[in-house]
Amino acid sequence: MSALEMDLLAVGPEITLAVGGMILLLLGVFRAPGAAEGPEVAPRNAAAGLLVSWATVALLLVTAVWVAGLEGQRIAFNGLFVDDTFARFAKVLILAGSAIVLALGLDAMRQGGILKFEYPILILFAALGMCVMVSARDLMTLYMGLELQSLSLYIIASFQRDSLRSTEAGLKYFVLGALSSGLLLFGASLIYGFAGSTRFDQIAAALADGGDPPVGLLFGLAFLIAGFAFKISAAPFHMWTPDVYEGAPTPVTAFFATAPKVAAAALFARAMMTPFAEITDAWSQILAFLAICSMFLGAFAGIGQTELKRLLAYSSIGHMGFALVALSVGGEAGVQAMLVYLAIYLVMSIGVFAFVLAMSRDGEPTTRIADLDGLSQTHPGWAIGLTLLMFSLAGVPPLWGFFAKYAAFSAAVQGGLVWLATAGVVASVISAYYYLNIVRRMYFNDPERPIELNAAFPHRLCFGAAAAAMILAIAPAPLLNGFGTEDAAARAAASLEIGGERAPFAAAPREAILAEDEAAEDDAALLEAPAVLAQ
Amino acid sequence: MNGGVPDNWLTFVTFLPLIGAALTLLFSEKEARDRLQIKRFVFGVTVVVFFASLVLLAAFDPEKEGFQFVEQAEWLGGLTYKLGVDGLSLPLLLLTTFLMPLCILASWGIEHRIKEYMVAFLVLETLMIGVFVSLDIILFYLFFEGGLIPMFIIIGVWGGKERIYAAFKFFLYTLLGSVLMLVAMLWMIGEVASSEYFAQLVAKTEPGQPLPVASDITVMLGYDFPSAPIDVMGMYLPAGIQTLLWLAFFASFAVKMPMWPVHTWLPDAHVQAPTAGSMVLAAVLLKMGGYGFLRFSLPMFPDASAYFTDFVFALSVIAIVYTSLVALCQEDLKKLIAYSSVAHMGYVTMGIFAANQQGVDGAVFQMISHGFVSAGLFLLVGVIYERANTREIAAFGGLAERMPVYAAIMMLFTMANLGLPGTSGFVGEILALMGAFQVSTLTAFIATLGVILSAAYMLHLYRTMMLGEMKNPKFSTLPDMSSREIAIAAPLAIGVIVLGVYPSLASDMFGATVTRILEGYDAALAASAALEPVQAAAVSAH
Repeated sequence: MSALEMDLLAVGPEITLAVGGMILLLLGVFRAPGAAEGPEVAPRNAAAGLLVSWATVALLLVTAVWVAGLEGQRIAFNGLFVDDTFARFAKVLILAGSAIVLALGLDAMRQGGILKFEYPILILFAALGMCVMVSARDLMTLYMGLELQSLSLYIIASFQRDSLRSTEAGLKYFVLGALSSGLLLFGASLIYGFAGSTRFDQIAAALADGGDPPVGLLFGLAFLIAGFAFKISAAPFHMWTPDVYEGAPTPVTAFFATAPKVAAAALFARAMMTPFAEITDAWSQILAFLAICSMFLGAFAGIGQTELKRLLAYSSIGHMGFALVALSVGGEAGVQAMLVYLAIYLVMSIGVFAFVLAMSRDGEPTTRIADLDGLSQTHPGWAIGLTLLMFSLAGVPPLWGFFAKYAAFSAAVQGGLVWLATAGVVASVISAYYYLNIVRRMYFNDPERPIELNAAFPHRLCFGAAAAAMILAIAPAPLLNGFGTEDAAARAAASLEIGGERAPFAAAPREAILAEDEAAEDDAALLEAPAVLAQ
Repeated sequence: MNGGVPDNWLTFVTFLPLIGAALTLLFSEKEARDRLQIKRFVFGVTVVVFFASLVLLAAFDPEKEGFQFVEQAEWLGGLTYKLGVDGLSLPLLLLTTFLMPLCILASWGIEHRIKEYMVAFLVLETLMIGVFVSLDIILFYLFFEGGLIPMFIIIGVWGGKERIYAAFKFFLYTLLGSVLMLVAMLWMIGEVASSEYFAQLVAKTEPGQPLPVASDITVMLGYDFPSAPIDVMGMYLPAGIQTLLWLAFFASFAVKMPMWPVHTWLPDAHVQAPTAGSMVLAAVLLKMGGYGFLRFSLPMFPDASAYFTDFVFALSVIAIVYTSLVALCQEDLKKLIAYSSVAHMGYVTMGIFAANQQGVDGAVFQMISHGFVSAGLFLLVGVIYERANTREIAAFGGLAERMPVYAAIMMLFTMANLGLPGTSGFVGEILALMGAFQVSTLTAFIATLGVILSAAYMLHLYRTMMLGEMKNPKFSTLPDMSSREIAIAAPLAIGVIVLGVYPSLASDMFGATVTRILEGYDAALAASAALEPVQAAAVSAH
C-alpha cells in the first residue's frame, strides 16, 4: 500500500462525511424548489429538508459505527493528522450526538418553518470539522478543523433569518468567534516562531531539552488557551454563550450544547498534552483558573435566570469548568476523567434538550422556566425524567451525573489539586440551587397554565432512555456499570500521545483485549437510541 | 449460602423497596378505592421488607468478628459494590425496616398525590437501608446523600406553609456539609491505593480471588492514616492529615446529626414535613451522623478523634443545655420536639467521643431508643394536628379529659423522652453520662443538667396540653385516637418499655462490635503514644 493510500485510509471517515455532504447538498438543491417558483414552496422546501436531514442522520450514524470499529493508531500526512483511540472516542460521541440532536430537532425546525435542506448539511460539515479537530496533530490542521466547524455554527446560529434574536445571536457569535480565532492564530504563530514547527510532536521535541521554555512560546500558549477557552465557553471567555443559546433556534442550541463542546474539549486536551506535556505546570495553572471561574460563574449566574435556554447556557459553562478541573490535572488520569465527564455530560444534555424541544404552549414553542409549574401533575412521566436529569446535572448522588463529577474531582485530588476539588464541590452545591428550583416548579407548584409536551414516540424514547441511563448506569451489573464508558475512556486516554511520544498501554494485553470487546458493546448500546430514531 | 441466609440477601432487602416503588408507579390513583389499594400495597411491601430483615437478625452472630452476609460485585469508577452488616449497622437497619410500615400507616390520611408520596417513601427506605449496609466508602456516600432527594420532595410537596424554604434549606445545608467529606474520601482512596499496605494486600491475594479495592471500608479500616504532626501551608496539624480528614467527616456528620451550631435546618425541616416525614427524619436520618462517627471517624482517625474529644464534648454539652433551654420556650409543639431531638443527639456525640464501653454503648442505645421515642412523639403531634389544625401548645389544655388514650400514650413517650428509669430513654442517657464521667467529670456534670431541663420542658408540655381545664371549647369535641393510630403507637410504646426493662436485647447485638471498635481505637492511640517521644526527639534534633 502506498503512503498516500495509507493516508487516505486514515482519513476515510472524514472523506466519507465530506463527499456524503456534497452529494446530499446536490440532492437538496435538486429536490428543493427555487424562490422563482412562487410562494407555495414552503411545504416542498420542508419535504426536501426532511429527506436530506434523515439522510444526514443515517450518514452520521453509519460513520459513527464505522469509527467505533476501527483500531490502532494511524498517523497520516506527515504527522498532520492522527487517528487513535482518543480521537475515535471523541468522534463517536460527536457523530452519534450530532445525529441524535439533529433528529430530535427536526419537528421543532419544521414547526418553525425553517427546516431547509441547508440545515442538516451545515450540521454535517460542522461535525466533519469537529472530527478534523479531534484528530489534528498540527496547529494548521487544528485551525482548519476549527474554522470549518465555526463557520458552519455561525450560520446555523442565525438560521431563523426573520428573527431579530437569531440574527443577533449569529452575528454576536461570529464577531466574538472571529476574535477568538484571531487570538488562537496569533498564539499559534508565536508558538511556531519560538518552537520552529507547528507539528505537535516537533513542538514537544523542541521543549524536551528540559530547560526553561522561551517566554514567547509561553505567551503563544496563553493565547492559544484563550482561543480554546472561547470555543468551550469557559469563563471569562463565555460572554457569547447565554445570548447565543437564547437567541438561536432551540434545535440549534441543543446542537451547540452537545457535540461542539465535546470536540473543543477533546481538541483542548490533545493540544495541551501532546505538544506541551513537558511544561504542564505552565498551562495547568491557567486551566485551573479557567475552571474556577467557569464553575463559580456557572453556579452563580444561573440562579437568577428565567429562561430555560439561558439557564442551560450557564449550566454548560459550569460543566465545562468541571471538565477543565480534570484536564488541568494533566497526564493520562486527567484526560481519562475529562473524557468520562464529557460522555456523561453529552447524555445528560441530550436528555434535557429532548425535553426542551418538546415544550410548547398553544402550538408555540416556549422555554420559560415558569412554564414548568406543576408539570408533575399534568405530565408525571416527563416530570420524573426531567427530575432525574436535573439531579444528575447537579451531581447529586446516586445518579450517573455524580460519577462525572466523581471522576473529575477524584483525578484532581489524586493529582494533588485538593484545593481545586474543594472549590469544585462548593460550586456544585451552589449550582444545585437552580437545578433544584426546576424540580421545585415541577413538584411543589400547582399548574396554572399547563404546557403541552408534544413529541413523537422516538423522541420520547430518547428522552426516556437518557433519563433512565442516569439510574441504570450505576447498577453493578454486567453491561450496565457506566455502560463501559470508563474502560473506553481509559483506553482512549492511554492512546493519546503525551509529550510527542505515544504513551504505553496502561492495561495488560489480555485485559486490553477484554476491554476492547466491552467497548464495542458499549458503542452498540450508545447507538441504540438513534437507531430507533432513524426508523 | 451465607450463615443460613440466601446469597445476595442484603441486596434483596436493600432494593426490595425500590422494586416496590417501581410497581407502585403502575397503579392508578383516580378513585378513592385505587388510592386505598396503593396504601395497602405499599404497606405490604414495607412489612415484607421488615420480615426479610428479620431473617438477617435470626442468622446474625454478634460474637463473630468482622462483617457478615458480605457480598461483592464489580462496580464502575474503580470502586466495588460491597455490602455487609455488623453489630453496629444491623440494629439501625432493623430500626429502619421496623419504622417504615408504621410511617406508611401514619400516612393513611393522605389523599393528595398519594402515588408519588408512597414512591418517595419507598425510595427513601432503599437509600436509608443502603447507608447502613454499604461497605464501599463511595457507595456509602451515594446512599448517604441520595436520601436527600426523596426527602426534599416529601417536605416540599406534602409539607406545611413554609415547605419550600424548609426543603431548600434542608437540601443545600446538608449537601454543603457533605461535599467536603467527599473530597476527603477521594483523598483517602488515593492514599490507601498508593500505600505499601495496599500493595501487600494485593500481593497476598490468591489467584482467583477478587483483588482488594482501595475504597473498600474493610480495607480502609486496616490502614493507619498518617497522624504525625505536620505543617500544611502554615497550618499546624497536631494529628497530621487525620486532623483535616476528621474535620471533613465531622462537617458532614455534625450537620446530619445535627450538632449545635449547625442544627438550624432541623426545626424548619421537622415543622414543615408531614408526620411520617418527621418520623423518618428523626428516627433514622439523624442516626446516620452517629453511625458515621462510629464507622469512620473513631476507627479511621483515632488520633484526631482523641485530639478533638474536648471540642466535641463542648459542642455536645452546649447542644444538651442550650437546645433544651430553647425547647423550653417553644410555642410550637413540633418545634419543641425537634429541639429536644437535638438535645438528645448531644448525648449520642458525647457518648461516642467518650470512647469507652459505657459511653459508646450508651450512644448506640440512645440512637435506637431515640428512634422509637421521637417517632412516637412526632406521631402524636401529627395526631393532634390532624384533629385541631394547630400545633400551638398554649391553645390546648385538659385534653386528657376528652382523649384519655391519647393522654396515656403521650404520658409514656413523655416519660421516655425525659429519661425515666424503666423506659428506653433512661438506659442510653445514663450509660452515655457514665462514659463521659470517666473522661471528663465537668462534661458529665453539665450534661446532667440536660436531664433536668428535659424533664422541665416535657412536663411543662404535658401539663399545658393534657391537664387542667379545657381552655378552648373548640377542642371539646375532639375524638380520641383511632384504632389505626393506636396500632401505630403500640409497637413503638412496646419497644420503649421492652428496651427500657430489658436493654440487653439490643446491647447484645452491638456490644461485641463496639468492644472491637474501641480495642482498635485504644491500640492505635497507644501506638502513636509510643511513637511520640521519637518524634519529639526528631523535632528537637532538627
